[in-house]
Amino acid sequence: MQDHGHGHAHDHQVVPSDPALRTKALESLLVEKGLVDPRALDALVDAYENKIGPRNGARVVARAWVDPAFKERLLADGGAAIAELGFEGTQGEHMVVVENTPLVHNMVVCTLCSCYPWPVLGLPPVWYKSAPYRSRAVIEPRGVLREFGVEVPEDTEVRVWDSTAEIRYLVLPERPAGTEALGEEELAALVTRDSMIGVAKVAAGGAA
Amino acid sequence: MNGVHDMGGMHGMGPIEYERNEPVFHAEWEGRVYAINRALGAWRKWNIDAGRHQIELLPPADYLRMSYYEKWLARNIELLVQHGLVTHREMQTGTPDADSVKAVPALTLAGVPAALARGNFRRAQAGGKQLFQAGQQVRARNMNPLGHTRLPCYARGKTGTVARCHGVFVFPDTNAHFRGEQPQPLYSARFTARELWGADASPRDSVYIDMWESYLEHI
Repeated sequence: MQDHGHGHAHDHQVVPSDPALRTKALESLLVEKGLVDPRALDALVDAYENKIGPRNGARVVARAWVDPAFKERLLADGGAAIAELGFEGTQGEHMVVVENTPLVHNMVVCTLCSCYPWPVLGLPPVWYKSAPYRSRAVIEPRGVLREFGVEVPEDTEVRVWDSTAEIRYLVLPERPAGTEALGEEELAALVTRDSMIGVAKVAAGGAA
Repeated sequence: MNGVHDMGGMHGMGPIEYERNEPVFHAEWEGRVYAINRALGAWRKWNIDAGRHQIELLPPADYLRMSYYEKWLARNIELLVQHGLVTHREMQTGTPDADSVKAVPALTLAGVPAALARGNFRRAQAGGKQLFQAGQQVRARNMNPLGHTRLPCYARGKTGTVARCHGVFVFPDTNAHFRGEQPQPLYSARFTARELWGADASPRDSVYIDMWESYLEHI
């Protein structure tokens, strides 16, 4: 591995160059100095590995599919409606929900970094933060969608939302046909992370 | 700054590499870096905009080569020293200096639930008037600041339509450099794909970009 310091900073790297070792060295220094509490770090990791993830967003989507009044509130003030289900906090302070319909397909990107609605989707997947997706989503969204297996009809409008500010976007995907008999929990089980970023459709039979 | 981070519209970055059943963290150290970043944020020595800018300052080749959490690790090491929480010497030796006084962590285990629920309250309270209204045609300014900005290169000089005003928000261009929050209205502006990319683009498609008021000008 390279030494990843830069410019004038080259001389204050933690000695090991491997990121795992460097992280360990940094954490132990920070703990010794009383700057971080290792149990707080454990709790943060646990929260994002086990509690805060796309199942939250799936519950929001399923609720919107079965409850028209909730859906109306969700599209009018995403943050307030999502908070009704108890999902709020860092990187979800200002939520806007955009609805996919047969006429409009929405997809979300952050071309400048990695902005993503953590409380409802958790931390972003690597591809979302990667140069290929960030560079291409705005200039050739239909090509990107095709790579994800989504063919958007020519007469459907594609709207790309570039998260350049502190607004976080969640796509409300279309409810698939043939799911009329399903309850809210069964519907939530069909909703994928990718469909809420806007790079997939929800399939009646669940994730492909 | 016109850095490699501002990559909307670039070519040549390759296909999207999709991982099925991707774990939240690919190695234990990634989770620790993520958590350290959050815990250090609680010291409020820097802000989210300064943190983003620190990553933009990585040399372009490093930016493209390093993994996401390697960038976060480098960013935190840099900010810790810049803001005096850790000394150069401590970074080199890995142990506290002899005269280092042990601190009480800004974020303790007991504080984590509140930290997760709280958010950053970035919508400023100040009212004031907004220069632009929904439906109005606007132009994204042609500006190339050396410092941090959230106006992507691909939108500069382009004409769009105000879709809505999101409210008043802290201005990253000043906040990143500790020159004040200078809150101002933030808009969602719609730019057609043809305006951004030319005649070969789809006539139906568009990109919505969040724009602080001073990124926009009247036509």
